[in-house]
Amino acid sequence: MREQLEKIKLEALEEIKEATNSQRIDEIRVKYLGKKGSLTTILRGMGSLSPEERPIIGKFANEVREFIEEEIKKALLNIKNKERELKIKGEYIDITMPGKKVEIGGIHPLNKVLDEIKDIFFGMGFSIAEGPEVELDYYNFEALNVPKNHPARDEQDTFYISENLVLRTQTSPIQVRTMEKTKPPIRIIAPGRVYRSDAVDATHSPIFYQIEGLVVDKGITMANLKGTLETFAKRFFGEKTRTKFRPHHFPFTEPSAEMDVSCFVCGGEGCRVCKGSGWIEILGCGMVHPDVLRKGGIDPDEYSGFAFGMGLDRIVMIKYGIDDIRLLYENDIRFLKQF
Amino acid sequence: MKVPYNWLLEYVDIEKDIREVADALTMSGSKVEEVIEYGKEIDKVVTGLIEKIERHPNADKLRVCQVNVGEEVIQIVTGAENVQEGDTVPVALHGSTLPGGVKIKKGKLRGVDSNGMLCSEAELGIADDDSVHGIMILPKGTPIGVDIKEILGLKGGILDFEITSNRADCFGIYGIAREASAKFRVPLKGIETSFKEKDENIKDYIDVEVKDDLCRRYAARVVKNVKIGQSPEWMQQRLMDAGVRPINNIVDITNYVMLELGQPMHAFDHRFINGKRIIVRRAEDGEKFTTLDGVERTLDSSMLVIADEKGAVAVAGVMGGLDSEIKDDTTTVVFECANFNGPNVRLTAKKLGLRTESSSRFEKDLDPNLVDLALDRACHLVEALEIGEVVGGKIDIYKNPVKPYTLEVDPNWINDFIGINISKEAMANMLGYLGMKVEVGDKLKIEVPTFRQDIRIKEDVAEEIARLYGYDKIKAEKIKGEAVEAVLTREQRLTNIIRNVLVNRGFFEINTYSFISPKAFDKIRLPEDSPLRNTVKILNPLGEDFSIMRTTLIPSIMETLKINYARDNKEVKIFEVAKTYHPAENMPYEPVKLSIGMIGKVDFYDLKGVIENILYVLGIDKVDYERDEKNPIFHPGRCAKLLVRRKSVGYFGEVHPEVAENYEIEDRIYVAEIELMPLFEAYKTERKYKPLPKYPAVDRDIAILVKDEVAVAEIENIIWKIGKEIVEQVKLFDVYKGKQVPEGMKSVAYSIIYRREDRTLTDEEVNKVHESIIKSLSEKLGAQLR
Repeated sequence: MREQLEKIKLEALEEIKEATNSQRIDEIRVKYLGKKGSLTTILRGMGSLSPEERPIIGKFANEVREFIEEEIKKALLNIKNKERELKIKGEYIDITMPGKKVEIGGIHPLNKVLDEIKDIFFGMGFSIAEGPEVELDYYNFEALNVPKNHPARDEQDTFYISENLVLRTQTSPIQVRTMEKTKPPIRIIAPGRVYRSDAVDATHSPIFYQIEGLVVDKGITMANLKGTLETFAKRFFGEKTRTKFRPHHFPFTEPSAEMDVSCFVCGGEGCRVCKGSGWIEILGCGMVHPDVLRKGGIDPDEYSGFAFGMGLDRIVMIKYGIDDIRLLYENDIRFLKQF
Repeated sequence: MKVPYNWLLEYVDIEKDIREVADALTMSGSKVEEVIEYGKEIDKVVTGLIEKIERHPNADKLRVCQVNVGEEVIQIVTGAENVQEGDTVPVALHGSTLPGGVKIKKGKLRGVDSNGMLCSEAELGIADDDSVHGIMILPKGTPIGVDIKEILGLKGGILDFEITSNRADCFGIYGIAREASAKFRVPLKGIETSFKEKDENIKDYIDVEVKDDLCRRYAARVVKNVKIGQSPEWMQQRLMDAGVRPINNIVDITNYVMLELGQPMHAFDHRFINGKRIIVRRAEDGEKFTTLDGVERTLDSSMLVIADEKGAVAVAGVMGGLDSEIKDDTTTVVFECANFNGPNVRLTAKKLGLRTESSSRFEKDLDPNLVDLALDRACHLVEALEIGEVVGGKIDIYKNPVKPYTLEVDPNWINDFIGINISKEAMANMLGYLGMKVEVGDKLKIEVPTFRQDIRIKEDVAEEIARLYGYDKIKAEKIKGEAVEAVLTREQRLTNIIRNVLVNRGFFEINTYSFISPKAFDKIRLPEDSPLRNTVKILNPLGEDFSIMRTTLIPSIMETLKINYARDNKEVKIFEVAKTYHPAENMPYEPVKLSIGMIGKVDFYDLKGVIENILYVLGIDKVDYERDEKNPIFHPGRCAKLLVRRKSVGYFGEVHPEVAENYEIEDRIYVAEIELMPLFEAYKTERKYKPLPKYPAVDRDIAILVKDEVAVAEIENIIWKIGKEIVEQVKLFDVYKGKQVPEGMKSVAYSIIYRREDRTLTDEEVNKVHESIIKSLSEKLGAQLR
């Protein structure tokens, strides 16, 4: 009987090893361990054994059963793994095929760059102010030290609505409007459309965008103006950007300056964009003129401030290498899709 | 303003390269826009004396010259015919460079050695073309073997300045020299003005009367025995370098003084001043006058003229007259040196369309005290050039002499305001170079010269200090003091949200002009009495197409669709957030609107879906869509009015076929225009958590047949009304017309979800409600269950 058991153990092991699928394993289980299986049959014949042999053979038979069960379990796991591997192998796809997309649109390049600039100033504590585009002559000119017949009016060809109403030629009128409404400390930027009666060509548009900035508080200095605008330039054009402040003249600031940044196309080496100079003129700025503070209801003996203004269109054009301003207002969808 | 570098150096000793000077002056406030360097490329070209000329043995048209170039005599073959033995000429030596990068090397011409080239003016880049034929012949006595750049003054070049409107004093080279003197801390030299007066008295020649205060000062001198001719080469060259055409010696002197000092002058031929009387008066309305350029102009009473007894002889400060101009046979000259009201000159020049070198200076409001210096300088030049004799005495009518202005400034305030720390003595020193007299005490007591009308307040002084100290040396500092919190307004925040929704739905943002053509209203079929035709109009538009401020964004988005469609962009989804402009009592009303436009594989419901997305994101739920058959822009059957909280906020739909045709688009177009403020007001900020359902839902489908004209909204209203206790969701999933559906009918299918929050629904309960819904639909809408 012991020999028979040994034989079953070997045969079963052999068959299990040869089995290649889970179905065959099931058959093997039935063949050896089932109700009519060979091991079961042998165990049934245990009655014929002597009382001394019975526990010994019984124990051995159980060992054989456990052995076969263990082997079947191992084989099943093995087969399952193989089957899974096989399934996976058959499920390869071409991952270079295009994905399923929802068409996404885009923000206009002017607003895209404007959003970036707004974020930078927002991070420096500047809120965003707004003002009317059809503006009183008073705010656009007179409150900014540009009375009627001032030569500066010739430099900004103005669209008139009536004697006292103009299409604002600059975002600067928001300076006095803001001061009238807000007590210092003031820290705002004011982006928006401005209008000049320039005939349309590759570099001129009768409508374009400016961004005005205004800071008013006690003890504001020209050093603060430089510090603020230098920080902006580094955040927007890159940490390596250098700035240059040149004296200039605006009726509503004193002292006044223009700020150049090192050319962000060539890094200051000199190229076509910066016309070989290595510098690009970006904005006009200065300390707010005491007359302008007074017009805004602020005492210049107590407070001081600085202001700046930059043209958005030019910055966008240089940043993206756009050579014709008309493209910005024509809105060809193939153009808009590039940003 | 163009400043020849050599001319500038006449007043200040700066031993620096022109580019260095340009950069330094730019940084101190006199911006150099361009540096024009003549002769920059010329190298190894010297003066040479032609000692001997022989025929070329092998060529009739060539000649062989022996040229003394200083250290040696070299042989050069030339084809030029205008040179003779004894001429001094420019010689390009072996290895030399000419403008344009041309290199000259020695070689053989028809078998004869040639060790260089004799140069023409064109070859040296002095003349534009070979209008002066042949080799350039230099004056007798020109030293030999000298660099041609030194001889021709090609070293140095020209500085082109951008002068800001506040600096009238810098419209003369002497003013720029003062700036250079202050920047480089070198003394400014004086201007030579001495001359001798003849015994006669000017009163015997001319009498002047000033009748109007627009002329603040009028001075004149008379020069007799004038010999009209060309002015000397050096003067002509300087005028040309400064961009002024030489005319004759007298006119050239007036221009020279203008360029030098910034004070325009005029010279009249004494013969043609009728009655020998000059009257400064307003022109008469309609008065005719022919200016120097030969154009007859019509004047008006806003303009100031210089007149004689018969009529105008000059438009004051703008241009002289043809009749009294200096002619070849002029013998007696009246020099006018005056000061006119700046804004008035500016307006006159503008009205006449005649902006001259003179008017562009006067319009900056010149210093009346400049008159003496300029007039004397002109007389000095007459004497120096030996072209006439100055008659004794001068006329000078100057009612209200301008005096220097004095102000006191605290030097500590300047340091604090700019953010620097320099001594008051250093400040006084800087201001001194600018021509200011400064007394240093606790405060700086500054006497501002009359040519600096732009300095009146302490901030002006601070600027002078800051720019001469150098803006680049001011430290960059962070703003100190109270922290300021940046906040976005609700409108700004929500506008960004709306833009993001549209972008995520595939729309591209556009930016269009705010002004449109009045014809646009016809193109979108607005009736004559439409309130949208009430516009803000531009008095001086660029043209009719840009003449009114838009009251609706629709024409702009239609134009954009048109441009794209014409360029074969036939799938377009765009939007714009922009203002419209509406006349109101004081200032126009400028609401912000959203326009959306689509062409391509889209329909009404694509557009509506986008609008629903926006409203959903803003949390706006009290929304109604009303059919609008009256909107002229739209297809009457495919237009909806959008109501938020029962208030109309905009409209959308398919564009009327006639409008589409007006914009030359053959596809269906979908557009919307929505005012944003009401959306912002309806925006729901508060959201409250509702517990997730604990009990299961029951899902029942329903398919009914109704007449075509029944709106699904009516069906849904009934479902909600009847089932309000237990209906949780009503979802339309199919609308079908065609086979098995009778003509004029449509099949509409809904999935209705029933649920109670407090317990599980029984089948009985659901059936009861579901059946009453069906019953009600049948009674009210004639719906048949399918």
